[in-house]
Amino acid sequence: MSLFDPGLNLSAYYPGTLPPEWPGGYWIHWGVFVVIILAFVLLMAMGFIWLERREVGRFQARLGPNRVGPFGVLQPVADAIKVLTKEDIIPAKGDKLVYWLAPVVAFVPVLMVFAVVPFQDGALLADLNIGILYVVAISSVSVVGVFMAGWSSNNKYSLLGAMRAVSQLVSYEIPLGLSILGVVVLAGSLSLNSIVEAQHIPFILLQPLGFLIYMAAAAAEINRTPFDLLEADSEIVAGFHTEYSGMKFALFYLVEYCEVLAVSVIVTTLFLAGWKGPLLPPLLWFLIKVFGVFTVIVWVRATVPRLRVDQVMAFAWKCLLPLALINLLITGIQVLVWPEVLPWAVVFLNLAIMVVLILLWSKFFKLGGGRVEV
Amino acid sequence: MKFERYGAGIAKGMVVTLKHLFRHPVTTQYPEERLTVSRRTRGNELIWDRERCTGCATCAKSCPQGAIRIVTSRGEENDYIVEEFRVDSGYCIFCGLCVESCPYEALFMGYGYERARYRRRELVLNKEELLTSEKKQPSGYARPKVEAALPPQTLLLDRDGVKK
Amino acid sequence: MVIKTEPFVVNIGPAHPSTHGVFRMRATLDGEVVLDIEPVFGYLHRGIEKLAEERTYTQIIPLTDRLDYLASMSNNLAYVLAVEKLAGIAVPERAEYLRVIMAELQRIASHLIGVGAFLNDCGAFMTPILYMIREREKILDLFEMVCGQRLTYNYMRIGGVSHDIPEEFLPALKKFVDSMPGFIDEYDQLLKENEILLARSKGVGILSREQAINISASGPVLRASGVKWDIRKVDPYSIYDRFGFEVPTGSAGDCYDRYRVRVEEMRQSVRILKQAVEKLPAGEVRSEVSHLVRPPAGEAYGHIEAPRGELGFYLVSDNSIAPYRFHVRAPSLLNLTALREMVVGWKVADVLAIFGSIDICMGEADR
Repeated sequence: MSLFDPGLNLSAYYPGTLPPEWPGGYWIHWGVFVVIILAFVLLMAMGFIWLERREVGRFQARLGPNRVGPFGVLQPVADAIKVLTKEDIIPAKGDKLVYWLAPVVAFVPVLMVFAVVPFQDGALLADLNIGILYVVAISSVSVVGVFMAGWSSNNKYSLLGAMRAVSQLVSYEIPLGLSILGVVVLAGSLSLNSIVEAQHIPFILLQPLGFLIYMAAAAAEINRTPFDLLEADSEIVAGFHTEYSGMKFALFYLVEYCEVLAVSVIVTTLFLAGWKGPLLPPLLWFLIKVFGVFTVIVWVRATVPRLRVDQVMAFAWKCLLPLALINLLITGIQVLVWPEVLPWAVVFLNLAIMVVLILLWSKFFKLGGGRVEV
Repeated sequence: MKFERYGAGIAKGMVVTLKHLFRHPVTTQYPEERLTVSRRTRGNELIWDRERCTGCATCAKSCPQGAIRIVTSRGEENDYIVEEFRVDSGYCIFCGLCVESCPYEALFMGYGYERARYRRRELVLNKEELLTSEKKQPSGYARPKVEAALPPQTLLLDRDGVKK
Repeated sequence: MVIKTEPFVVNIGPAHPSTHGVFRMRATLDGEVVLDIEPVFGYLHRGIEKLAEERTYTQIIPLTDRLDYLASMSNNLAYVLAVEKLAGIAVPERAEYLRVIMAELQRIASHLIGVGAFLNDCGAFMTPILYMIREREKILDLFEMVCGQRLTYNYMRIGGVSHDIPEEFLPALKKFVDSMPGFIDEYDQLLKENEILLARSKGVGILSREQAINISASGPVLRASGVKWDIRKVDPYSIYDRFGFEVPTGSAGDCYDRYRVRVEEMRQSVRILKQAVEKLPAGEVRSEVSHLVRPPAGEAYGHIEAPRGELGFYLVSDNSIAPYRFHVRAPSLLNLTALREMVVGWKVADVLAIFGSIDICMGEADR
């Protein structure tokens, strides 16, 4: 019996991963969803590029792109055409194979994240029972692509960017994972669909601290302000993709926005009850929440300056990591002590705990770093 | 370095950016929307009044760049006839000193600002090109009479209170 | 296993997003830490001093516009003060007031760019600088109204100013003066207490009082180090002794202090503007001076408190129509010599924050 047998019933091998009954079985389901996800991701990334430029424009008292198409919505298309027709430059002394592979290595994992995201109840490519673990594991592969790009460019700025990328992304994986664990403890499942189903009230209310930690860590993971060190344009020009041009640059640009999309989607799923919502269809609720999260990310980007590299590290290890551990501990205790308690009491308790913890940490936490005697 | 303000500073900044989301953007949509420039604008290209010019070449002497070239010959009534009056506006820095120094008010700064050219040689203006025309209006720089007739300048200041 | 490491050299500039012009720093880095830095000047050298020696005294005024192109009015003022000192020319009362108004407006405009660029270098994604450029635009509108240009004004003349102000200028200026403090408050609300900015700039790039004096720094860089030295106070030129204003100083001499000193100076400039608008007398704006000034043989040094520090023009005359020697004491160049002392030992990111906090203009440093 071959794996490519269309009648293959995978549920015998992976119980719980079976999609709803589709005519034709598993493979057609996969085919349809792969196309849907590709279209969704690329369209949304384009939309995000447009939306971010418009929103940042309005935050900065200007208009943003409004020339191509109505309200400038076709601007990303025009940009894409421009970038694709550019000359593809490979640095003379760069490592050509690695240089060529890097954008691909960075791009593919981001796409793969969307395989486990439920767009509405049960509408997902693969309802893995280890869904969120898969997301964390896969999304950390992109850093390899970033590092490859920085290394193979044979450019000092790129190398600095890659150095920063590796240290920063590896550090922030830990608070990121720990803050997700709080949600997992509450939901009692790793599958994203089950997590959404478990959210009778959005987990942002039960896990306010976890939400903040996740947002901070995710901003660092996807290089958004205030942690956009690896492509800090005022310091190291463009970081790891300084030397990239043409199609390869377009891929990196796309990676950036796909990562934002991935984070928005995962925040929506984990903390904002995913596709759940009254009146409107679930898919619309899902999109509204995704755009809402993205707008907050853009808003932060339009406001705050950038941290320095040692401060970013200190923030991860001295602030986010202990807070995430304490958050996990408190969540665990709450789940053990009051499994059936009224959620609203816990909501206010958790909010109070969050405020106290943040105040305490602000008091005693030191960013460290500073001048080095040379 | 401690986080003394518990994130209140960041929150305050976020309020400011949020406020700007609801303010009128200050951008001018240039080709469609045009602002009126100052009445004294030192715009592109000089304008020359053939009748008033006596060919004294004070403008050429006052030019810091040496962009003005004047060739004259003796006229019948013991005056100068301007044979050549050439301004290389590629060298011109639009300082306005020639207009200020002209004793007969025969030279004006231009009022326009859209005079980009594809060729350097098109920047060199001879006698005919220097005369005023439909496209070329004189500006009121150092010429109070011309200034009084021009429309007032649009100011960004006047847009302050405008809400979207 | 012992990993062999060695420092590597990075050229920051001459074409880099945040070197504010064409300035090059040859930085030796150990990872992120700056071990040494060597500034390389001269990418924007246009020989303005020599060009000036071949032009008449009036023709030099447009050249001074092109020194510090963010503060052309201040350059004009410093130059005409030097010539007036050399030739002994008196200036009408109204012209003096107009000069002060223009110089203070220019100080606000220049500090807006300086502060905005510094915040941009700290990584605030264009937002503060765009807000500040919006207010600078209003100032440029006023300048355009008076002299017809937005960047290279060529407004001051030997013995006065080139034009009187049009009648719509004073109402617009009053409106600007009234609204500006609110906007400055808004900038402060945006980033003054921002924790990230504090972490990035407090205690970073400290220039001690002694160092600042030793390298003859001036302007906000010197005042942030705690030295109360403002030419407007210590050697009042024009009519600055008639206005009441404070000289804001810092205490630590770090990037944050330099940023705060500039913001406070903007408030003080608004204060001077208010007084000047009230007191502005009627009368002539230009004394009878020929276009061809021929000062007696001798030398003169005129200096003012430009937005970036002490801007001085040293002129030697041999009784001809052009100066025999023309020298500019550019504050940017001298402040920039403090760069190495400030940045060694800090990280790459700090280099550009410190560089931005000095607020230089390469047109003036390289001349």
